[in-house]
Amino acid sequence: MKRFNWSRFLAILVKEFRQIARDKPSVIMAVGMPVIMLLLFGYAVNTDVDHMPTVVWDQSMSQDSREVISSLRNSTYLDPDFYVRGYDEIRRYLDGSSARVAVIIPPDYGKQVQGSGNTTVQVLVDGSDPTAARAAMSAVQTVGFNTGWEVQADRLAQQGGATPVLPVQVETRVWYNPDMKSLVFNIPALIGLIIQNVIAMLTAFSLVREKERGTLEQLVVTPVRPTELMLGKLVPFVIIAFVSLMLILSVGILWFGVPPKGSLLLLILLSMLFVTTVLAIGLLISTISRTQLQAMQMTILLILPSILLSGFIFPRETMPLFLKGLGGIVPLTYFLVIVRGIFLKGIGLEYLWKETLVLATFSLVLFFLAAKRFRKNLD
Amino acid sequence: MEKTELAIDCRGLVKRFGNYTAVEGVTFQLPTGAIMGFVGPNGAGKTTTIRLLCGVLMPTEGHATVLGFDVKTQPEEIKQHIGYMSQKFSLYEDLTVRENIDFYAGIYNLTGTFAAERKQQVIERIGLNERLPQLVQSLSGGWKQRVALACALLHEPKLLVLDEPTAGVDPVSRRVFWQIIHKLAQEGMTILVSTHYMDEADTCDYLGFVFYGRLIAFGTPAEMKAKENKANLDDLFIYYVEREAVDDPRNKGNR
Repeated sequence: MKRFNWSRFLAILVKEFRQIARDKPSVIMAVGMPVIMLLLFGYAVNTDVDHMPTVVWDQSMSQDSREVISSLRNSTYLDPDFYVRGYDEIRRYLDGSSARVAVIIPPDYGKQVQGSGNTTVQVLVDGSDPTAARAAMSAVQTVGFNTGWEVQADRLAQQGGATPVLPVQVETRVWYNPDMKSLVFNIPALIGLIIQNVIAMLTAFSLVREKERGTLEQLVVTPVRPTELMLGKLVPFVIIAFVSLMLILSVGILWFGVPPKGSLLLLILLSMLFVTTVLAIGLLISTISRTQLQAMQMTILLILPSILLSGFIFPRETMPLFLKGLGGIVPLTYFLVIVRGIFLKGIGLEYLWKETLVLATFSLVLFFLAAKRFRKNLD
Repeated sequence: MEKTELAIDCRGLVKRFGNYTAVEGVTFQLPTGAIMGFVGPNGAGKTTTIRLLCGVLMPTEGHATVLGFDVKTQPEEIKQHIGYMSQKFSLYEDLTVRENIDFYAGIYNLTGTFAAERKQQVIERIGLNERLPQLVQSLSGGWKQRVALACALLHEPKLLVLDEPTAGVDPVSRRVFWQIIHKLAQEGMTILVSTHYMDEADTCDYLGFVFYGRLIAFGTPAEMKAKENKANLDDLFIYYVEREAVDDPRNKGNR
């Protein structure tokens, strides 16, 4: 009698599919939400800083000052679109956030450059947003250094010397994401985050609903076994999760143009491992909560720290040890390493085996806990 | 031989939840094919006793066999052979009548042509033919009750357990429902039913009066009325409640 029975398992499976098919909001949530979230996040979570509005007070009005301004524009980081006279106007632009950067060129700029003197260009940066401020500063530093170097080279050439060469040069080359686009970094991570949020919520809801409506009480009096009920409820979500995964992978690859460098098959396999972990989390939530509202709150309790601690937005390397440790118990943390590794670096299991092992352990432990609590719930 | 004659054999059944004793030493024997009514005020322990007999709860003390199966060691066998229905009519509201019936047929492991025949028999018997494609949530209370009964009868249970099946159902539906119950009993099915309606209790073969977790009286309705010299069950019920309430230690604590 204790054996797994296919007829009972199939009865539950069919019933689940019928309920899901009839529950339009759930279908929309499972299929539509991931894509909408990916589109929203894909455009909103963009930490690239360029084309910052810039205000210029050009007191020199010379050929040379115009050259500096156009090299600033050519850097693509700054858009020197506003021209003013006086600090009052500059303050107004910066206070009102119409401009993030102000460039002030002194009256004798052209004269000093043409002659043999020294001059200083002043740059004011709105430091409210440190990331933007840092990008602006490094852009103007580079432009300043290059301009200075060219002027110095011209002067030496006029004196009849050879074109000077810098004795030490640094040559940088960026790997994996050569254009340093944040989209390329974020899209893979989003796939993990979205799968986690949607699947955890759907799974938790489906079981709590039976509790809330009293149908679980009826099932308890039937010969149905906990494993049959649990698997019958989970299998539809594995299928839904797979469809969602394929959908957002396609949007990520085709719409955002972020193809994985590594093996697509490995990516899908490890994603399904992550889905299994999330299903276990959803199951655990459903065994703890009594109402759908509680399940919802608990899912949010899971989602929030996983966004902050997993390295989705903030790099884990710079976190205090305690928070880093907390992030270590969030499964998403490990999946992000996997999905970014495969997407950006094209690496395989030879590097990702540790994360894969951790995820597998997570899902085993969580399933064990959930199954244990689930049984207790029924008895 | 005793096993085949007694549908329920219950001896000194006790269930404690922590310090709270929900069921205290319930003992009774119910012969096969009889209808037994379970009466008593809310919170008396009717539902807990029923859940003990269904193999859902483990008794703390005592023994009970249901259809010859031990509630402690063979709960799964009991579940396969009994039909259960509660006042909530725990159906899937977002499924149709037919889908609910299909689901429970699968849950009771009915397959193939046998399943189809059983479903058709039950559907005709309960008169659900015209309601099959309808969503359960659009049915009235009386119809939901009938669908729930149909689901509980699919696997031809030898014992039907009904926990306040007629609560919140209109009088006509109640009468139709009890006609079916009596018909089933005539065909040899044993029925254990808890109720608050004394007119329903009066038609049972046996009555058990549960109060504060104890079975304070058990017998045929006529015997019970004669014993306390009461004209009808309503008077008997009130008499028992008033007599027992004085003895209850919890009441003394509250006053």
